[in-house]
Amino acid sequence: MEYVNPEGLRLDGRRPMEMRQLRAEIGVVSRADGSAVFEMGNTKVIAAVYGPREVQNKSQQMSDQALVRCEYSMANFSTGERKRKPKGDRRSTEISLVIRQTMEACILTDQMPRTQIDIFVQVLQADGGTRSACINAATLALADAGIPMRDLVTSCSAGYLNSTPLLDLNYVEDGAGGPDVTVGILPKLDKVTLLQMDAKLPMDTLESVMQLAAEGCKAVANYIREILLEHTKQLEVRRGT
Amino acid sequence: MLQNRTFMKKTKQGGIRKVVREHYLRDDIYCGAPFCKACDVSGARLSSTASKILVVDTNVVLNQIDLLENPAIDDVVVLSVVLEEVKNKNIGIYNRLRALCSSSSRRFFVFSNQNHRDAYVKAMPGETPNDHNDRAIRVATQWYQNHLGTAVPVLLITNDRENKRKALEEGISAETVESYVKSLDKPELLDLIVQSSSEDVSMEDVEDLRPSKRKVVYTEHKPMSEITAGLLRGIYHQGKLRVNRYNPFEAYVGSESIGDEIIIYGRANMNRAFDGDIVAVELLPQEQWHEEKSLVIADEEDEEEDVHLAPSSADDAPRVTNLGQESAGLASGVPSRPSGRVVGIIRRNWKSYCGSLEPMPMPAGDGGIAHALFVSKDRRIPKIRIKTRQLGNLLDKRIVVAVDSWDCLSRYPSGHYVRTIGEIGDRDTESEVVLIENDIDARPFSSQVLSCLPPLPWSVSSEDLSNPIRQDLRHLCIFSVDPPGCRDIDDALHCTALPNGNFEVGVHIADVTNFVHHGTALDNEASQRGTSVYLVERRIDMLPKPLTEDICSLRADVERLAFSVIWEMTPEAEIISTKYTKSVIKSCAALSYVEAQARMDDSRLVDPVTTNLRNMNALAKIMRQRRIERGALTLASAEVKFQIDTETHDPLDIGMYQIREANQMVEEFMLAANVSVAEKILKHFPLCSLLRRHPTPTKEMLEPLLRTAAAVGLSLDVTSSKALAESLDRAVGDDPYFNKLIRILATRCMTQAVYFCSGDLSPPEFNHYGLAAPLYTHFTSPIRRYADVIVHRLLAASLGISRLPDIFQDRPQLTSIADNLNYRHRNAQMASRASVELHTLIYFKNRPTDTEARIVKIRSNGFIVFVPKYGIEGPVNLSKKGGEWLVDEQQQKVKRSDNSISYGVLQTVHIHMEVVEPQPHRPKLELTLTEK
Repeated sequence: MEYVNPEGLRLDGRRPMEMRQLRAEIGVVSRADGSAVFEMGNTKVIAAVYGPREVQNKSQQMSDQALVRCEYSMANFSTGERKRKPKGDRRSTEISLVIRQTMEACILTDQMPRTQIDIFVQVLQADGGTRSACINAATLALADAGIPMRDLVTSCSAGYLNSTPLLDLNYVEDGAGGPDVTVGILPKLDKVTLLQMDAKLPMDTLESVMQLAAEGCKAVANYIREILLEHTKQLEVRRGT
Repeated sequence: MLQNRTFMKKTKQGGIRKVVREHYLRDDIYCGAPFCKACDVSGARLSSTASKILVVDTNVVLNQIDLLENPAIDDVVVLSVVLEEVKNKNIGIYNRLRALCSSSSRRFFVFSNQNHRDAYVKAMPGETPNDHNDRAIRVATQWYQNHLGTAVPVLLITNDRENKRKALEEGISAETVESYVKSLDKPELLDLIVQSSSEDVSMEDVEDLRPSKRKVVYTEHKPMSEITAGLLRGIYHQGKLRVNRYNPFEAYVGSESIGDEIIIYGRANMNRAFDGDIVAVELLPQEQWHEEKSLVIADEEDEEEDVHLAPSSADDAPRVTNLGQESAGLASGVPSRPSGRVVGIIRRNWKSYCGSLEPMPMPAGDGGIAHALFVSKDRRIPKIRIKTRQLGNLLDKRIVVAVDSWDCLSRYPSGHYVRTIGEIGDRDTESEVVLIENDIDARPFSSQVLSCLPPLPWSVSSEDLSNPIRQDLRHLCIFSVDPPGCRDIDDALHCTALPNGNFEVGVHIADVTNFVHHGTALDNEASQRGTSVYLVERRIDMLPKPLTEDICSLRADVERLAFSVIWEMTPEAEIISTKYTKSVIKSCAALSYVEAQARMDDSRLVDPVTTNLRNMNALAKIMRQRRIERGALTLASAEVKFQIDTETHDPLDIGMYQIREANQMVEEFMLAANVSVAEKILKHFPLCSLLRRHPTPTKEMLEPLLRTAAAVGLSLDVTSSKALAESLDRAVGDDPYFNKLIRILATRCMTQAVYFCSGDLSPPEFNHYGLAAPLYTHFTSPIRRYADVIVHRLLAASLGISRLPDIFQDRPQLTSIADNLNYRHRNAQMASRASVELHTLIYFKNRPTDTEARIVKIRSNGFIVFVPKYGIEGPVNLSKKGGEWLVDEQQQKVKRSDNSISYGVLQTVHIHMEVVEPQPHRPKLELTLTEK
């Protein structure tokens, strides 16, 4: 099938190097310490962060660092067909783990020993790239909760279809069976914290696809920074200083 | 700007589901006119001097693609909504349209109106998709009109009356195709227009005036819903219709549902299906299964069989319905094969066809519209009715015609004229027809392809020499043996005596993959062409000339890169070890077969090349003997060779191709190299090797051979290839040619060898019957066969020299490459044969000849003879000689009713060959009996 037509447009009208429209909102769950909604096109994810707080299960408490926990789930209405997905299936366990590890890498856990940080992410609407959207939402929520971090973690996916690297695959492109590379980076430190791919790809191609995904991450980082700045300004106004 | 597209979709399980997709609208889509001031003109494709910009409607593209392909129509804007609709309706036309849009010589611009911010049209509630698309086309045209303003007029071309009316209402200038073409004032273009019956009012009136004259010739096709239901219930069977090349009234449908071929007799039962169509077939009741002969005769247009080249394998030969078996079947009441009739056509395979118009008198008023019948060169295609305004011009021309429709009220399909190739009988015209008929791309290589070539003059660089994977074999005495005048030398040999009494024998093949890298334009072109095509007067290369004749060609006294297979062999030709390596060689002699033979025969010569030749010949003889013991068949075919006049390119002389010992020697080592390479690549890549197999012929296929042999009192054992080989050896008749004739007939019963992907079949099926080799592939001619290029890559990867391209890991893709190669090879062979036939005709034009011929098949009104000297075969009609003739099937004899004369199969007869022209511009070769 043709995913990029000779005019250089993808199925949804984007060019290969273009991302979907981003939208973010901070502070959507008032009970949580930090929360955010993050949208990449039609993919919509909500994240809520609790902590640092007392460790619930004392046996898991660590004396030198904070315990980070993450729970990923998909709303039953998030995909076209309404299917009840059992909690804790393989896929969500794996994604929970991926998000936890990625976030753990940027939280300064050693500054908050004997505490626990809970990250909840839920996919409200799925249209490809949920993994990336979850990480971006979690970053925003963590920042909103005021948890000390080395840098923002941002993530974006890229694929390779019709011999063209494509940024930010949507559901249709994801289903094409080609490689899907999800990259997470610390944009200021310029370090990769997440790299996932579940297909075969020649080395030199992988490099260019990865490069593209990293560019995408940086664009996401810029956007997140803007949102955070704006949010902080609003807080400032509210405090009246 | 973001829009969501929402639509309902039916899932595979039958559920209805709502789908929401994002749809981005952009402001960076440009109009494509180079004189536009508002847009970025870097990607502009329309001409700067365009007098008019045309926007075409979908129905125009679908029906008038031949017109669009004519260079007179240019500066066309193709909207993406049109492309999309065309793609869904007809992928073939879509590809042609895409080719037009990407061709640099044409000015077709694709405007992505659906993604354009201003030209986007949101579906209105209750609007049908068709109306929505029409509206989108109008909005886009309107946008163009406003955008370009007064710079250039924009014209919407549509044949949809409703669309045109609305367009005019909205202030868009719109015209139908007919009126636009008329305004161009080029009458020859009018022939290209397809008359769609619903639009053409005048046609309708004319037909309605005399309804009594219209009668239903064919039964209606069943509606698609009924066909799908029928297929599900097993009443109908689906398959591809293949028309018998030698009898257009007989077709076969390979059906998976009954696991056998269904035969379809007669045009009525074929019900307007063309060769290659996917059809739905209904089986006829069993008592109607044996009516083929009556039907053939019943059909009004019985065509004469022409003289043609003797077939070289079962694929070329006419399909014979098994007379003997059939009568037996009738007697015992067991029906032989199911026959059926077409009830519906699932997918059409209409292409454009080459041929000429049936001779007809000029209509009274010259310049008016004439209805003519077009006869295709391909006998499988029925006559096609066309309308033309230039009849006088076309009568003696070869033309290309496309089919538009076939109504059940009309005996013939209707079509339209596409283009003229040239005059009938002209050698260049006929050669081009051969190429078009066989789908051979003879265009010069594109600049992208040529840019992949290394700079000329090319020579072996020091890098190549210092490369550790490349062995330096320049010190060896390597030579090549090829046909005289061969310029694409892809193999060379060497043979040195080792101190231990063994021989080191090397086969060196041009290292084409060093220059043709995977994924380049050059590689894609070569894989599409698949093979070089050898016509009598020209060669159509698979690779560009510099590679074919210079850089890759292993010419004498120049250093060249090669891929070598080197064996150590005992004097008894046992292979002790095999080594594969890339190498640098320097050939010391490029011999022709004749030269090599002469050297070997001349006992006074003792130079190294000659001694090596003799050693190799000795080894080759042992290898050949061993191969024959294993059961390899020595088959024969009647290959002919032309001597061509260098000035006029007319044939001067023809004769059988002579095979010498030297040919067999080279062949033997090439076979050995191919087998060694096949073993090596299969070991490393058991699932994705490209191999070549020759299927064991079935009993049925050998039946005609056995019948002929039985008639002359010969019994052949066909249980295995070895048994067959031995009984062929024993078949010695009273004259020297008898054995060869039997071998030729045996060869004709076999199918051709085919390429396949090793993952698709199980190892026992890899067998090559003719060579009696369990494994075989093609490695030795990478300059002229793409299969060898693939095998070179596989071998290089198995040696760790280079990485295997990804596509080899993809079995379906490799299978489709193999299928394409088989198709191209088959076409290349058909084209060479057609070319030889054409030149035979030219040769005999002024040379009526008397010669000897052998009867190979008995027919009801005569027999088919084979002329060994010229390698041709054709019918001799006895009915002209008067008297009643009776055919004896059992004895394979035809007798005069008064028993005065009889002819038996394989008998020698004397014939007269002459080119006659029963109709003007339709020359054909006629064979007549001269004796008695």
